[in-house]
Amino acid sequence: MESENSILARLKNKIPQSVVEVSEFRGELTVVVKREHIVPVCAFLRDDPELSFDFLSDLTAVDRLGRKPRFDVVYHSYSISRNHRIRLKVGVDEDQSVESVTSVWSGANWFEREVFDMFGINFENHPDLKRILMPDDWEGHPLRKDFPLTREEVMFTHNKNRPPKIE
Amino acid sequence: MGLEEHIPRGILLTTMDKVVNWSRKSSTWPMTFGLACCAIEMMAAAAGRFDLARFGMEVYRASPRQADLMIVAGRVSNKMAPVVRMLYEQMADPKWVIAMGACASTGGVFNNYAVIQGVDKIVPVDIYVPGCPPRPEQLIEGIMKLHAKMQKESLRKS
Repeated sequence: MESENSILARLKNKIPQSVVEVSEFRGELTVVVKREHIVPVCAFLRDDPELSFDFLSDLTAVDRLGRKPRFDVVYHSYSISRNHRIRLKVGVDEDQSVESVTSVWSGANWFEREVFDMFGINFENHPDLKRILMPDDWEGHPLRKDFPLTREEVMFTHNKNRPPKIE
Repeated sequence: MGLEEHIPRGILLTTMDKVVNWSRKSSTWPMTFGLACCAIEMMAAAAGRFDLARFGMEVYRASPRQADLMIVAGRVSNKMAPVVRMLYEQMADPKWVIAMGACASTGGVFNNYAVIQGVDKIVPVDIYVPGCPPRPEQLIEGIMKLHAKMQKESLRKS
């Protein structure tokens, strides 16, 4: 579509060195960005007058266990004035951290706290990075693929004669 | 009432037991403890069609100090668990707990990191009412079973 091509053209003109891969599917534009360049790229997306992505809709992560880098941090941004959307993906490994985009969009504050709580990804320069959903002394990160799925073992006929394993 | 402390050991009180238990079961004041969807059914049980007022229970006290019965209606998450325990400990004796619904009884459909698998892991429960959510008639049946349990209690310290 017309708007995707123009966004793509501007991205390729201005920040070619940060973009790893671009894909487009049924009107949705996805840009994979290098981890170290995420804040300049987001600042460019917000400040450029043609793009003006001033609203962060979502910031989440995906655990792709078995792939290096393990996590994908996904940013969804929307331009209120121009009515177009973009998705940014950043590949982060277990021991790596990604810089916080709260300096660009301040709505990223609680999203990044949730990603830290659920996946354990560290965000540098975050004003207040601590757990938001789980209790403060909880150990583990629940949405990782190697975190146990059920809390109490489900009782079937093959294990009904012993007490259930909990957590 | 604090009657138990004033009765010396070795005395059998049958009529006194009956009167005290009858007065306790006829005016059990529940605490407003609707946590999730079961709260709607608890409200329906207290409303016009399935009246709880005929059992003396129309007075839902928000303060735990004035309540006798804690109907845990809904799922208890990890963050809410210390609050439930604190409110239970703030209630004065004699007190009873009804676990209403599948989530309060055993964790219900939520067998995961966020929900406590049964509120009896935190507070002692007298009656479990299963259902998702239990109909108001089922909750009233649970309350009537609790009344039968109250009737069998004894003032004598054993």
